[in-house]
Amino acid sequence: MELKTKVNAAEGKMDLTITREFDLPLELLFRAYTEPEIIEQIMSNPYTTAKLLKFEGRNHGSYQQESTDAQGKVVFRANGAIHEFRPNKKISRTFEMENTPFGIQLEIYEFEALTDSTSKLNMHVIYESVAQRDQVLKLPFAQGLNMAHNRIQEIAGKLK
Amino acid sequence: MNLRRDVFQAIADPTRRAILLLVASQAMTAGAIAANFETARPTVSKHLQILTECDLLEQEQYGREIYYRLNPDKMKEIANFIEPFRKMWDDRFNQLETIMKQIQSKKSE
Repeated sequence: MELKTKVNAAEGKMDLTITREFDLPLELLFRAYTEPEIIEQIMSNPYTTAKLLKFEGRNHGSYQQESTDAQGKVVFRANGAIHEFRPNKKISRTFEMENTPFGIQLEIYEFEALTDSTSKLNMHVIYESVAQRDQVLKLPFAQGLNMAHNRIQEIAGKLK
Repeated sequence: MNLRRDVFQAIADPTRRAILLLVASQAMTAGAIAANFETARPTVSKHLQILTECDLLEQEQYGREIYYRLNPDKMKEIANFIEPFRKMWDDRFNQLETIMKQIQSKKSE
């Protein structure tokens, strides 16, 4: 089966592309990036709740978001400047995870209609350096290893 | 932590990437590899040592010569390392799609 989400990260480059085809009309896909309540819902998961502290969906706007855990502790905060905001077409913005060594990344989102009921998102993400891009790429890989490790410890703990 | 054993550290260097490309087609001696670079021989040796330490290269002895060749299994490991990143985005987009579909069906009710 063809993968719906594709990541293209050539070796030794400081950028990558992410593409995804959606079973959604273009307007609906774009709304997922423009309406604060929807964005918060999408960014939340069973463990953390996302909140937009600031969101200006316009040219030369900016945004700030945070995620809190069940105890209300802030576990993630990010911000950026929105450079270009063209409804149903394009968003260019910076993204920075606060209090991390990952620097800023430039994100260019391009939205296109495939049919009346399907659409496509092309994301081009440019990092400050090759090393930084590779660090970000490795993050979920490392987290996966960590989770597996924790799970092993959890199971081992029960065996004691 | 020994950074030198980190494969990602190993392939971050352009000379080391060039070495991997060189030996991809055939096993080569250190001398033959070094002949392709303007860098000093000891520098190339150091690169070969790093690549060998993190298992990207394997050594094989033929008579008095040591040949270096690519370890395809380790290369495959690198190729797969972005899969968790792709999966993370795939999960996010799936959630987006589910939520937007709910909004869409509510609207059409």
